[in-house]
Formats: sequence, structure tokens, C-alpha cells
Amino acid sequence: MNCKIYKNIKISIIVITLYLILFIGCKSKESDNNEIDKVITENKEITSTEQSKEYAVETPPFSDGIFPCTDCHKNLTPNPVRRVLVDWHDDISAMFNHDSENRWCLDCHDFKSRDSLRLASGKLLDFKESYKLCGQCHGEKLRDWKVGVHGKRTGEWNGKKEYLLCVNCHNPHSPKFKELTPELPPIKQEDIK
Amino acid sequence: MKNKNSRRSFIKNISLATFSALALSGCNSEAFDVFLQQNFKTLSKKEKDRIIKNLEIKYKEKYGKEFHVSDRPALEGTSFGYALDLSRCVGCRRCVYACVKENNQSRDPQIHYIEVLQMEKERGIDFAHSTAQYNPEKVPEKGYFYVPIQCQQCKNPPCVKVCPVRATWQEPDGITVVDYNWCIGCRYCMAACPYGARHFNWGEPNVPNEELNTEVHYLGNRPRMKGVVEKCTFCIQRSREGKYPSCVEICPVGARKFGNLLDPDSEIRYILENKRVLILKQELNTQPRFYYFFGI
Repeated sequence: MNCKIYKNIKISIIVITLYLILFIGCKSKESDNNEIDKVITENKEITSTEQSKEYAVETPPFSDGIFPCTDCHKNLTPNPVRRVLVDWHDDISAMFNHDSENRWCLDCHDFKSRDSLRLASGKLLDFKESYKLCGQCHGEKLRDWKVGVHGKRTGEWNGKKEYLLCVNCHNPHSPKFKELTPELPPIKQEDIK
Repeated sequence: MKNKNSRRSFIKNISLATFSALALSGCNSEAFDVFLQQNFKTLSKKEKDRIIKNLEIKYKEKYGKEFHVSDRPALEGTSFGYALDLSRCVGCRRCVYACVKENNQSRDPQIHYIEVLQMEKERGIDFAHSTAQYNPEKVPEKGYFYVPIQCQQCKNPPCVKVCPVRATWQEPDGITVVDYNWCIGCRYCMAACPYGARHFNWGEPNVPNEELNTEVHYLGNRPRMKGVVEKCTFCIQRSREGKYPSCVEICPVGARKFGNLLDPDSEIRYILENKRVLILKQELNTQPRFYYFFGI
């Protein structure tokens, strides 16, 4: 009889431990997923205090099916030699116009961790924080962007704002702002009937 | 014998007759209410609520759409300011049409609150040599820059000063508004405005039904009538709800900035404190809230 109770307790302890493990596991996973939310809620505070350094941003504008890079790159042996890409990413090679004399892919993209960007310091960077990478050279623009002068903000003037990333307007491989087709001019006064 | 048909009795009779004719005719009490409606500034909360309820019903009948008419007053501690980056504007006119759509401006006859002027870089800001009619394939054109003009929401507005019936005034948050029901259409304000920012409804405004914006403010984008003056209100229906004006949100180059001048952490304050800023026609002492600046 005693033995049976003991066995029951043992089972329930095991079950509880399993639940705990599951629960904690899920929790940590969830917090990973919620990183963007965190950034957004933090931003609420920045707009008034400017303390934090994180910003609510739109998702980076990847071309369809290009991300995650590891989908293709995991099967490829990395080649660190600077060259013009011909077999793949040739479209980027063709348009590349961003100090192309001195730079190439691996100055911004990480050699090993393909899904990350890489700062000059060697620090890896998520694509959502690409503005930090741009800011390495364009520090003045980054400063203006952070205070909302460079670039566009949408949302609320007295509350939650959303920033566009640098790359939402400037193609990182060819950053000059593209020309636009203007909308129609107003009707001339002499044409009003 | 005393003359029965004295001048006095004639006037008495004729006014009585007019009044009773008016009362007996098809004129319903609602139209009569509108006719007798006082200046918006003098209305009590109760009167405003009733007027707005009637308006919503009227719009429903006229346009077949559910309108939401707001009369939200200025937010405490706000004084709006606007900044436009001349080094960034490319003259694409997206703002012009976003504004037209948001604010239910008449399409034909055409009313635009924003006019984008193309100016030669060599001349600098020179209205005499500018044009709003540029229409190339692509903008910006080499050798030119673009200056969008709209209501400058002056702190010392000449348009308000000249209104003979006080149908237009400056709100506590700095927006100059028009009570369309009180406006008599004399257009003095248009003559007084040095920026050409006021527009007159020469004909019955014409807005495609499917493009009507039904979120409206009484002093802003509610449907206007023929014979009244209208103007930019910094999208009062949006800005008083905390949102950016629609020209700010549409601008593809992020040249337009909006915020509270009283908030030291706002982007507008940062611009005023750190950038090279100018106002238009400074010599007229209109004290615009609309600043132009050079971001680079």
C-alpha cells in the first residue's frame, strides 16, 4: 500500500517536472519570437526619453525567396576571394554601385553566418538592425534618422511611431534614391471653364 | 377717417405674411435650424452635439454612407508646427493628391491645398520665376528644386483679421479653421493671404462617392458647400487624434515633418534647434508655423 502511494507521488513528480521543462522551454522560445514586439514597446519610451537605442522598424524588403540565405548557402563552400559574382546574384553585381571600387559582399555580409550582417568590428547584426551597419559610414544620417529628421516616420506624432529602415528607401547595393514619376500638375487657370 | 394702410401696418403685414409662408412651405425645421445656426465658437456642447447628429443624418441621406463627424477640441498643451525639407523634396506631388483624398476636396472644379512650385537652383527661392505646371517624365529635374506651398498656419494670420463675420479663427493648437456654415463667401481672406492658401468653392463641390472620406471633423474635411472658403487644417481630423497629417504619411522621401512645438523632444523642435530653417515672406510678419529647412 505504502509502496503504491510512493509510486504515485513519484509519477506525479515526474509529470510535474516534465510540464515545467516544457513550460520553461516554450517561454524562452516565445521571448525569442517576441523580439520585434519588445523593440516596438521599447520605442514607446524612446520617443519621449530618447534613452534606448532600439527602434520600431518595418521588415527589411527582401526579394521573394531570398531569405534566409542559409537555405542555399548551407550547401556551398564559402569562398572569401573578392570577385564579381556571375552564376548567382549576378543581378546585384550588375547594379552594385555603393563604393564598388573598394567594397564587395563580405564587407557587409558575414562570411560564416550567412543570415547575418557584420559590422567592421566583427559583431554580427540581424537584418532588422541594418541601420547600424549603414551608420558606420553615414553617421550623420544615422543621427538624423534616430531623431526622425532623415527618413520617414508614420504613426502618431505624440505616440507610437514606425520608422522605415534605410534599406526600405535606399537599395543597399545601389543606394541613390530612384527618380519618381510625378502626379498630374494642377489645372491651369485659363483652362477652367 | 384714419388711414388704415399706414406704412407701419404694411410692413407688419408683409413680414407676418413672409414668416407664415416660410413656416407653411416645405421648409422643414432642420433646414430652419441650419439657417438660424450661430457661429460655431458660440455654440454650447449640447447645441454642437445636436448639430453634429443632424449632419450625420444629412450626410447619410445625401451620400448613403455612415459619416463620423468629430468636433474634438484642441489638445491641451499642443501648438502644432510643420517642417519641410527642401533638400529632400523631389516634387512628385504625392502629397497634393493624398491631401485631396483625405480632405474631400472638390475634384471638379479642382481644389488643391498644396501647390508644388518648381524653382531654379540658380535663382534660389524666387516666386516670380517658379512654376506649378512642370510635368516631366521623371522628377527631380536637374537644376531645379521644389517648394510645396500650403497654408502656413500663421501665428499672426492676416486671413483671420480681415474676415468681416469672424467665420475663420485660430484654434488654441494653432490651426486656423473655417466655420463653413458661417462663411459668407466674401473671399476677403483669400485676398489677404500672402501664400494663396485659401480656396473658394466656385461651384458645387464634386467628390466621387466611393472616394469620400467619412472620418471628418466639423472644422475640417466635412463636405463643403458651394460659396464657402476652405483651407488646409493640418488634417485636423487626424492631428487631433494623434496621427500625422496625410501629406506627412504619403511623402516618399520623408521630407515632411510634423509635431508639437511645445514638446522639447519632438522632431520639429530638433529641426528648429539644429537645422538651417527659413519661413516664407518673413517680412510680412505673419509668423508661420510652417518651416522650410535644409536637411543636408
